[in-house]
Amino acid sequence: MLARRSFLARSGGIIVAFTLPRAALAQVVGSGQPDSVDAWLAIDRAGLVTVHFGKVELGTGIVTAVAQIVADELDVPFASVTVPGADTSASPDQGYTAGSASLSTGAIPVRQAAAEARLAVLDLAAAHFSVPASQLVTANGTVSVRSEGRHATYAELLAGQAIRRTISKATVVKDPDGYTVVGKSILRVDLPAKVFGSFGYLHNLRLPGTLHGRVIRPYPVGATLASVDESSIAGLRGVRVLKRGNFLGVVAPSEWTAILAMHRLKVTWTGGGLPAAADLKAAVLSQPVLSERAIVDTGEGSGLGPNALSATYLWPYQTHGSIGPSCAVADVRDGKATIWSSTQGIFPLRGALAQLLGLPNAAVHVNYVDGSGCYGHNGSDDAAADAALLSQAVGAPVRVQWMRDQEQGWDPKGPAMILTHSAALDAAGQRITAWRSDVWSPSHSTRPAGDAGNLLAGKLIGVPDAKVAFVGGDRDAKVNYQIPNYRVTMHNLRDGYLHSSAMRGLGGTQNTFANESFMDELAAAAKADPLAFRRAHLANDPRALDLLAALEKLGAWQGRPAAANVDRTAATLRGRGLSFVRYENTEAYVGCIADVAIERKTGNVRVEKLAIAHDCGLIVNPDGLRNQIEGNAIQAMSRTLKERVAHTTSGVTSLDWHSYPIVRFSEVPEVTIVLIDRKHEPVLGAGEATTTVIAPAIGNAIYDAAGIRLREIPLGPGRVAEALRGA
Amino acid sequence: MKITVNGRAHEIRATAETPLLYVLRDELGMDGPKFGCGLSQCGACTVMLRGRATRSCVLPVGAVDSPVTTVEGLGTPAHPHPVQRAFIAEQAAQCGYCTSGMVVAAAALLEQRPKPTDAQIYQALDGNLCRCGSHLRIVRAVKRASGERV
Repeated sequence: MLARRSFLARSGGIIVAFTLPRAALAQVVGSGQPDSVDAWLAIDRAGLVTVHFGKVELGTGIVTAVAQIVADELDVPFASVTVPGADTSASPDQGYTAGSASLSTGAIPVRQAAAEARLAVLDLAAAHFSVPASQLVTANGTVSVRSEGRHATYAELLAGQAIRRTISKATVVKDPDGYTVVGKSILRVDLPAKVFGSFGYLHNLRLPGTLHGRVIRPYPVGATLASVDESSIAGLRGVRVLKRGNFLGVVAPSEWTAILAMHRLKVTWTGGGLPAAADLKAAVLSQPVLSERAIVDTGEGSGLGPNALSATYLWPYQTHGSIGPSCAVADVRDGKATIWSSTQGIFPLRGALAQLLGLPNAAVHVNYVDGSGCYGHNGSDDAAADAALLSQAVGAPVRVQWMRDQEQGWDPKGPAMILTHSAALDAAGQRITAWRSDVWSPSHSTRPAGDAGNLLAGKLIGVPDAKVAFVGGDRDAKVNYQIPNYRVTMHNLRDGYLHSSAMRGLGGTQNTFANESFMDELAAAAKADPLAFRRAHLANDPRALDLLAALEKLGAWQGRPAAANVDRTAATLRGRGLSFVRYENTEAYVGCIADVAIERKTGNVRVEKLAIAHDCGLIVNPDGLRNQIEGNAIQAMSRTLKERVAHTTSGVTSLDWHSYPIVRFSEVPEVTIVLIDRKHEPVLGAGEATTTVIAPAIGNAIYDAAGIRLREIPLGPGRVAEALRGA
Repeated sequence: MKITVNGRAHEIRATAETPLLYVLRDELGMDGPKFGCGLSQCGACTVMLRGRATRSCVLPVGAVDSPVTTVEGLGTPAHPHPVQRAFIAEQAAQCGYCTSGMVVAAAALLEQRPKPTDAQIYQALDGNLCRCGSHLRIVRAVKRASGERV
């Protein structure tokens, strides 16, 4: 309640407080906030609207889209709406910004708040003009009496009154046919500052008296700190060394001095190391299976029979690869802590930091500040913990930014997964009668969740490991195709080979690669056109069929069995492949057609074109959506063709952009997109769905071009050339 | 030690071996250039020296022998550089962390080649990494900017 009072004091004007249906809180693992007051919106004396959105701008344009929704619902100019960064003292607890849920669930309460605020203004106007509210119309932040000249602005009507209203699910929102701002490609509000170099990134934040910290990680991974020779940095002025358990850091007055100290400090580590593994499969399976669960189990017996088709797919560990390494600023003094972080969840991080620092939650304040692009649970939370421990030790504000090798060596990785599939076709060889899937994965979420055992610094000072909930490995493990006899089994592995967490699409990326590659293998066995084969198994879903029809048209797909025209003598082999998903089984529909050219001699795959059909319900900002889809497509293409975190028994060796290459300008394909706008359907997320269809479309295109089936990512030249030699 | 940045001379306190990036950011408060890798591999720190795109993360400030232009020196909202105007028109960013480097690299390209071919654009930007996948928009922005210059 303290937070609310201070907020009231600050803003004046209308305050809308409301209770949310629990379902709208969605997706959150371990959201620790039981408070039912869930979102805030304020209109000040100048008519400016401030939205206290509990989700954060990760680079996707969400702030612009939310401002559009509010402007439309409230009937105010778009330019009068601002959405400041989330902050634990003023924002609703909306859990993590993750799972493509910011618009699909996160914006629902904001929209309702705006609708209720408009009703509050109308009530004021009805009293002011002495007319029934039904005689009033709102537009541009002004209320007018119908068929009269009388009008007043929202700001005039409010005149400093603070009005509080509690809304319910029953609050009526606008009919989408009346939208004038939603559905328009409004320019992103954050881009000008980014283009002029003045945008306020977390990485630019320094408080008066801020010191610079750097951390030094155990080598090998898991090693114990044996000794530190501080005389090795005697020549550097003003450097302090902090040791706590296996957490080691340096703090210096200047950033460059801190970096020199980090490099020069002589440290001895003992023990540690990763188990030796012959290959990726062995590495993944070196972790014990902690639990098993059938996600779906229909039909009698296995139904597979002697002619069943089987295949195993592998996806390697991948790193988030944000261009800016993780950063944080912390000020921990006098029993209080203020942390600035680009975390995806200010509240769950607050709880974890409070435990780490030995402070009550109420003494810890976490502010969100935009960082470098965020594609899942990267190092932001861990950097916040580093800065917090260092600041607590020196009693001054400390800024920490990880170095490139620390970012790639220590961010929580997108997990490696093993996926095996077996399926049988009917007697005519046309329809799938039975399908068995087995999926091995660690959890895709080791987020802070209010537990310091989830933070790297916490582990290093000896906080016991947090309890892991198995999340995300099962995402899209089940396909939406009609299959009479279907069983999918999850094998939940212990995290730990390379520490893993959420990366764009979670297991949906790996599962869709396997599922959609296997669908293609089944279509080939059926000697069927891959598109027609999918259609035959989606007859019960008209929206899926619409999507496939749009994709077929966009990509000028010509129906034929794959690999029908392989020219084994050509220097360049060309082919095209297709994939489809309904993300998370109930979210956005996406289909992709990839065109590839393979250089026979080198095995190099060039993706020439990606055609993408996308249906995520109501579209809020078409250009913003296209930007998201393009970004997903290009990033996923990079993950598909190039990316694998390599390691030795000492730790990760993919520590820079040479050892972990990502896509460059000269490799980017043409991307064409068709958007299916469904004005009267709920908004579905678009932050991840496209990522999941890219790898299978490319893999299927390689099969079409060369008749070779590649089942392990990345689909790099070495692997392709080897398969071509064996073909 | 003195260096000139965006037309203004500055007395520098940092030691000569300090990379220019840290001087710009931590001493002169120009936060446009970003730390990305410290290895001259990603281009987030790109500034212009003698009209050429230069990686400030590996250039010792003592070796800076000509005026430096950062993204802040290229243009302002009131007087944007054509590349900056084009980036906004094409909405050529997502997180924007790489954008300063991209804008400077593109501006340097257009100084050298006012009408670059597609291949020349790819080549000029190939050392600048973008993780959000804004490449297609960035290329369109560079083309748009080259048109504006005519």
